[in-house]
Amino acid sequence: MKNEWPLWEVFIRGQHGLSHRHVGSLHAPDAEMAVKNARDVYTRRNEGVSIWVVEARHITATNPGDKGPMFEPSESKIYRHPTFFDIPDDVGAM
Amino acid sequence: MYAQMIKTAGTGVKPREEMTPEEAAFQDRIDADIKIEPKDWMPDEYRATLVRQIGQHAHSEIVGQLPEGNWITRAPTLERKAILLAKVQDEAGHGLYLYCAAETLGVSRDELTEDLLSGRMKYSSIFNYPTLNWADIGAVGWLVDGAAIMNQVPLQRTSYGPYSRAMIRICKEESFHQRQGYDIMMKMAQGTEAQKKMAQDALNRFWYPSLMMFGPSDKESVHSAQSMAWKIKIDSNDELRQRFVDQTVPQAEYLGLTVPDDKLKWNEERGHYDFSEPDWTEFFNVLKGKGPCNTERMNGRKRAWEDGAWVRDGLMAHAQKRAARKVAAE
Ligand SMILES: [Fe+2]
Ligand SMILES: [Fe+2]
Repeated sequence: MKNEWPLWEVFIRGQHGLSHRHVGSLHAPDAEMAVKNARDVYTRRNEGVSIWVVEARHITATNPGDKGPMFEPSESKIYRHPTFFDIPDDVGAM
Repeated sequence: MYAQMIKTAGTGVKPREEMTPEEAAFQDRIDADIKIEPKDWMPDEYRATLVRQIGQHAHSEIVGQLPEGNWITRAPTLERKAILLAKVQDEAGHGLYLYCAAETLGVSRDELTEDLLSGRMKYSSIFNYPTLNWADIGAVGWLVDGAAIMNQVPLQRTSYGPYSRAMIRICKEESFHQRQGYDIMMKMAQGTEAQKKMAQDALNRFWYPSLMMFGPSDKESVHSAQSMAWKIKIDSNDELRQRFVDQTVPQAEYLGLTVPDDKLKWNEERGHYDFSEPDWTEFFNVLKGKGPCNTERMNGRKRAWEDGAWVRDGLMAHAQKRAARKVAAE
């Protein structure tokens, strides 16, 4: 590959009070241009109040093959949910 | 439809008995409507077919800017100009979303662009027709974006996650495209005699090329059957074309315009319109490069790529220099 612009992942806060959410990606030579391009492509219709960009190669992700060992252990731990406990109505809201 | 005649890799639907355990598990996920994500295992043929399909779709969005861009500086009012500019900018974004989706399958943006410029990859036949006057801009939004929507709405449910998400974003914007086109058509059709004539003439020229966008009948194609099993094709070409005709004919009637087809007739029994097929010889000629604007479109893309090279390289060199300076200062 020649001198291709790196890939950036774009995260946008849709409204005040919400988290940034991944919306897509784009190519840009540097972070500053990535933010400008993200503004131009991903917030054309009031979709956001804040933008984060991060170069895709800096993201570490879980491996789909490890999905079982990664996420299954929590499935059996139903006592982590409030609904696990029966609290008598007489106690009131809890 | 922006992806036409996509050759599905492989030799048709693989019977379950012949599938490897991996392939069977993959098909089970698709049947259960679980999305396939970039790092998941997938058959090589699925990957190759998707690269072709998403790549062609992306190229179509980009080349599709040319016939409309042609009228930005000549739009009749400042408002129309701003609207058309926004529409054409949206199409650039559509191209970008789709290129990014294709890149998750292991091809680079530059490779895809070079495949378009060398003619190895195609774009939709529709963009090889000229936009001769302002009414054509109305017809393109109404009919061409209208036909694209027919195909893109079901593709929101496609099995490949990044493609599906790109389609969801695109569909949100397409309805603006079609409505701005129809709005132009309404203005023209309700205008002076001369304007009405222009609107009719635009419909006459864009009707059959729009029907061609769905591609020839693929009822009997084993390739389509495989793509459907993979859920990267949701409806047959004929189903989409019928849906488009059924939806568009009443819209033409509202405008007081005549669809250029003497055989067009409501079929009570079928609950659909009967209509004439487009000239498929013309379609294959356009695909082969012999349409009215193929050369102009390809030259336009080549010029943009070559003339833009110094900008791409310059910005990259600048970014690298700045990064190096930052490291030295730390
Ligand atoms: Fe589009
Ligand atoms: Fe569009």
